[in-house]
Amino acid sequence: MADSGVTDGLCDTDDIERSKTEGKELTKEEKQRLRKEKKHQKKIKEKKDDAASHEDEKKKKKKKEEKPVGAASQPPTQPSQKAPAPAPVPVPASETPALADKPAKSKADLKAERRARQESERASKQGKKGDVGQPVPTSKPKAPPSELQPVVKRLPEHVQVDNPDVLKKLAKKLERQQIPLRSDYGYKVSLFSHLHQYSRKAPLTQQLGIPSTVIHPAIVRLGLQYSQGIVAGSNARSVALLHAFKQVIRDYTTPPNEELSRDLVNKLKPYISFLNQCRPLSASMGNAIKYIKKEISNIPSQCKEEEAKSKLLSCIECYINEKIILAAKAIAKYSIEKISDGDVILVYGCSSLVNHILCEAFEKKRKFRVIVVDSRPRLEGREALRRLVQRGISCTYVLISAVSYILPEVSKVFLGAHALLANGYVMSRVGTSQIALVAKAFNVPVLVCCETYKFCERVQTDSFVSNELDDPDELIVTRKGKTQLEHWQEVPSLGLLNLVYDVTPPDFVDLVITDLGMIPCTSVPVVLRVKNVDQ
Amino acid sequence: MELQAVLMAAGGGSRMPDLTYNTPKPMLPVGNKPLMWYPLNLLERVGFEEVIVITTKEVHKMMSTDPKMKDVKMKLDVVCIQEDGDMGTADALRHIQQKIKTDVLVVSCDLITDVALHEVVDLFRAHNATLAMLMSKAHEFTDTVPGQKGKKKTAEQRDFVGVDQSGKRLLFMANEADLEDGLSIRKSIMRKHPRMHIKTGLEDAHLYCLKKAVVDFLADNKSISSIRGELVPYLVRKQFSKTTNSPKIKDDAEDQNQKTIDGSTNHGQDEPLLQLAQERSCWNDHRGDMSEAYHGGKLRCYVHIIDQGLCYRVNTLAAYIEANRLAPKLFEEPAVHPSAVISERCQMGSDSIIGALCQVADKTSIKRSTIGNSTTVKEKVKVTNSIIMHGVTIEEGCNIQGCVICSNAVIGRGADLKYCLVGSGQQIEPEESSATRLSSLIE
Repeated sequence: MADSGVTDGLCDTDDIERSKTEGKELTKEEKQRLRKEKKHQKKIKEKKDDAASHEDEKKKKKKKEEKPVGAASQPPTQPSQKAPAPAPVPVPASETPALADKPAKSKADLKAERRARQESERASKQGKKGDVGQPVPTSKPKAPPSELQPVVKRLPEHVQVDNPDVLKKLAKKLERQQIPLRSDYGYKVSLFSHLHQYSRKAPLTQQLGIPSTVIHPAIVRLGLQYSQGIVAGSNARSVALLHAFKQVIRDYTTPPNEELSRDLVNKLKPYISFLNQCRPLSASMGNAIKYIKKEISNIPSQCKEEEAKSKLLSCIECYINEKIILAAKAIAKYSIEKISDGDVILVYGCSSLVNHILCEAFEKKRKFRVIVVDSRPRLEGREALRRLVQRGISCTYVLISAVSYILPEVSKVFLGAHALLANGYVMSRVGTSQIALVAKAFNVPVLVCCETYKFCERVQTDSFVSNELDDPDELIVTRKGKTQLEHWQEVPSLGLLNLVYDVTPPDFVDLVITDLGMIPCTSVPVVLRVKNVDQ
Repeated sequence: MELQAVLMAAGGGSRMPDLTYNTPKPMLPVGNKPLMWYPLNLLERVGFEEVIVITTKEVHKMMSTDPKMKDVKMKLDVVCIQEDGDMGTADALRHIQQKIKTDVLVVSCDLITDVALHEVVDLFRAHNATLAMLMSKAHEFTDTVPGQKGKKKTAEQRDFVGVDQSGKRLLFMANEADLEDGLSIRKSIMRKHPRMHIKTGLEDAHLYCLKKAVVDFLADNKSISSIRGELVPYLVRKQFSKTTNSPKIKDDAEDQNQKTIDGSTNHGQDEPLLQLAQERSCWNDHRGDMSEAYHGGKLRCYVHIIDQGLCYRVNTLAAYIEANRLAPKLFEEPAVHPSAVISERCQMGSDSIIGALCQVADKTSIKRSTIGNSTTVKEKVKVTNSIIMHGVTIEEGCNIQGCVICSNAVIGRGADLKYCLVGSGQQIEPEESSATRLSSLIE
């Protein structure tokens, strides 16, 4: 046995060596053959009509001579190919005359050939699909992936304000839609020069006529409320947007010879551009708009206008109810399980969802206290503080600079999110990632609460590539009658940066509480995929 | 449609009777344009296409003949009311209630301003306000007013305006005449807005954005007759009134009124959505107390106060003179009308305006004055700081200083007038010399 084993082993090694070399040869031959087969198949597909080049025909002829009959699909195509192939062109055997012929051919001819090739390829592909599909209709493993294959989505293009071509395109588009262009304000820090920076004191309505006829008054009011910060927070912005759309739909009448499903979508486009100019759209707003557009285009053409409008209005109501109100209830239910008596919970800024959760937990008689962390310039934590204290929850208020001092007391951190990106990153108010980082360092669990309608297809790993720049003058503060930064624009080396969002990596987030349940941060793409299948 | 414009041009000009006893106030020439042209121009510039003009038949007739009014491209829907009736501005609004389909912007015909209207309207839109108005710092008119001996102190009839810290929310408005025993501010206001700035040097520009519900409310309450005098203070007071039931019938009526103002909005059925959006939004207009944005109040009044820029209400003689001097600066129009015939040896200051079809002879000097259409000025006349209306004839050798000469008057040769007001169609005897005399004395 041992001998045989040895001999076997020796044989094996010989075999191995032989197989290696032979294998190389074999594989080389194999590879060559495969390559030729592939080329052959390709050429057969291409050469279905008479506009075939000499070169290719010669190659084909060679291959036909050389290789045995290949796949089953070849015979049906080959005879068809053989027939026309010899007929049109008397073929010299060598390639060289073909090569010589090549330069003689004009560019136009080559182009025509290429086009014909593409068409034949397309036709043959379709035919082939039909052929393949019919004999193999029950290939189950294939079907679901094709269903799950996402339809090609157009992701929002990154804002490129420092690219003059993109700006020109934007200006043209706005001119077409009769919407004024809002100009940027002040010096932009170079790292963020690709983003817009607007001034709150120069609203877009300056350039609009007063009884606004181009844009529906509800949308003008909404745009003003966005740019002045009266409606802030992604849930509030989405609800306000849908409310304005409801009014637009109510006041809409289909012009003659137009279909509601197509015309209404076109009417909404300038409004969306206008709102985008007032304040860049949030991910939740983007999803809401997508939903509405889909619903509008799905309206059957024989539907009467009144019916269609009431259907749309009820769709919007349904969306808000499901995705915002009921989702908040579900998230509150899940989160209450995570809040135990004696907890010290840290929250940052003013997230409507987190406030809702804490108020619900308090109603359910959980005993906990809250630490509200706040940051300039928005100082939203004061509003959160007011809402919680009004309910009777005992709160502490600190600024973000004190986070590392207060964290030893904290048992859990609850954060809200503006959007959840497809790679698991959490996009939220600037300062959130800092809090998550410090909490991680202190081993405090970080829970992010987010509804599924805020899940976004975008992928981002840093806070620079896509963000929002707020008015830099908001950073200026007057203390004891003195405003030190009053003339910041005159100092050439000084730039004020007022960032609004930042992204938190999934390593710092322990749990995401959504209306679908409690999932880890890395399961966000799964949820997105499931959502797309549902839709 | 978002806003409907209403121009109130039925006022009598009761504070300048000498000027208006022949020409109605809306058609008084300011810088050779009728007074009501200025607010119409403002509305046109901003983008309005239609205006409802409430005026008298006389003004309507004059409007149709005036060449400048033909320049107005907007569609003017003229509603004529009785001239002698005691129709206040609120009564006029009630009169046209059927035409009002949306929120309304009320402008008075005597407003000359270059304010950016979007500031007022933005307050109205963004805060979903019931009332938004415009006020400006009151101007001190330093020029001697013709026909008045000595300077007149206008200290009575001050307005007390209370605004909050941001200077935008209107908390308190009362006229001195209504406050007999001192200024009292309700505790409910102080609790909600502990810091209030009270200003007295403000002039109301009589430009109001009102919600449609207010017009409907006016239709039910016939007791309110003036917007400025009664409606605005009422609305400002109602912001802070409690809506609890009280045994007095009067209060019940007031509660009902409040309900109509609060409840009848265009989108009554979407009220819960708006409420939801406001709840979820992390914005508050004040801080320091436990209440939500706007203290939960539905009725809100806002004011936009301008301290720079032109804003005049031409309802007194002094204002009229000042406006004549400054209004032409608003527009880039040539000072001398192309059809005027001016001789070469005339000295004309750059501040002067000469109207159409004028004839100005040699050796005249015209400084800081406005000369109306079809006026004839003969030789050796010196006109300084004066306003001369249409169709006036000034004979040779006159010296006119600081006067207002109404249309179709004739000033005889060699007259020397200082700070006089000459009525329409009057004739001044030659060699007449008068100082600070009213036209009624020169008859």
